Amino acid sequence: MQDNRKSPSSIEQSLRVRKIKNGTVIDHISPGNALNVLKIVGINGKEGMIISIAMNVPSSKGSTYKDVVKIENKELAPEEINRIALIAPNASINIIRDYEVIQKKKVVLEDQIKGVIKCMNPNCITNSNEPVKSFFKIETRDPVSLRCKYCDRIIEYNDIVKQF
Amino acid sequence: MILDFKGRHIISIKQFTKEELEYILKAANQMEKYYKTGSDLLKGKILATLFFEPSTRTRLSFTSAMYKLGGEVISLSNPEMSSIKKGENLTDTISVVQSYADVIVLRHELEGSAKLMSEVSQIPIINGGSGTKEHPTQAMLDLLTIKNEMNGKIDGLKIAICGDLKYGRTVKSLAYALSHYDVELYFVSPPSLRMRHEVISDLHSLNVKFKELNDLSEIIPELDILYVTRIQSERFPDPADYAKVKGSYRIDVSMLNRAKENLKILHPLPRVEEIDYEVDHTKYARYFQQAYYGVILRMALLALVLGGSF
Repeated sequence: MQDNRKSPSSIEQSLRVRKIKNGTVIDHISPGNALNVLKIVGINGKEGMIISIAMNVPSSKGSTYKDVVKIENKELAPEEINRIALIAPNASINIIRDYEVIQKKKVVLEDQIKGVIKCMNPNCITNSNEPVKSFFKIETRDPVSLRCKYCDRIIEYNDIVKQF
Repeated sequence: MILDFKGRHIISIKQFTKEELEYILKAANQMEKYYKTGSDLLKGKILATLFFEPSTRTRLSFTSAMYKLGGEVISLSNPEMSSIKKGENLTDTISVVQSYADVIVLRHELEGSAKLMSEVSQIPIINGGSGTKEHPTQAMLDLLTIKNEMNGKIDGLKIAICGDLKYGRTVKSLAYALSHYDVELYFVSPPSLRMRHEVISDLHSLNVKFKELNDLSEIIPELDILYVTRIQSERFPDPADYAKVKGSYRIDVSMLNRAKENLKILHPLPRVEEIDYEVDHTKYARYFQQAYYGVILRMALLALVLGGSF
């Protein structure tokens, strides 16, 4: 007998996270990182927007899991989107208007990260009174680690996340 | 082949190819004649030495080098007596000093300071040692010492770098400089003062052959070069911990009984206790000779970045 039921993963998902009218959907966040993603884009829940979070839900991509964040009535700016790449390099962004996906994009981990992350080295010139922003180059992409252009110190993924 | 270094900043040993390093070393040896007789190669040019941290060798050897080439030197070696005391930052300082001189040698405690100043300055910046990470001209003079003391050959040597590998800036620059050659490196240190993760990672990427060891005595018979650095007591909050390690890296005459005939001992200096004074009179000691190589090396760098022809 043919089983016409939807797969358990999609049923459960549709019950957990409904469609939004306007806003941003951040999908395919690595499991357990949804709250860090909100931190990195500077959202703490006190802004008044409705935010839906699903964590460790089954992903349609094979037998993996993911987090999903839906932020109603806010469209993330490109610089905010690329910050997400630091902690969720495989995330995808859907901009929603009137229940329609009007823009889809994958987050892009840029080769150079300027001014977003602080160097962990207290002796780095970027942590002094000099007029200079932090500047990192990508050391590894999965997991992300960064190397400071000025002091050469490597900052690991956990230390990146802690800053948000 | 002529390489052009005019106007270039000398910030990190990592910015140079092997070809460029060899060119600089060759230029340094060509400076020997000017070292002896003096020269007007850089007449009319001014070197500003800005040292925000203590220095004997680096500052004096750059000063000597500039005078030997007919140039002049202005210096800031006491920041307490300058506008730094009033809160002026380094960026503003360099922005002003570049109007007073043709080249600047900078030593500053903050890491990346020379790199940042190279982005600010319109005249060449030479890194005289920033933070705990870089000392490119020291690495170059160390290379020159090794090359000249080992009959022109660096490939094939077994070299131990010993002491404070975590905070010592000379050892990192030297490791990167030697990565261009086919050498075997031994990093000998107490476990708490191992070479930094960033350097180890880079050396792996460059396929450099190296080992990390606690004990120097086991490899003494194999070494061609022994590069010693000071283990600073201030790195050990507990004096007992320092007392345990300092003796392990003390070079004395008895340790050298098992050494190769042509072993050369180098040290960037200052030396405190890590090399016994009796070693100074042996055929192995070349650390004072390094001071001479430092002058001709720095003469070459100044001539190259200021476009002097020789």
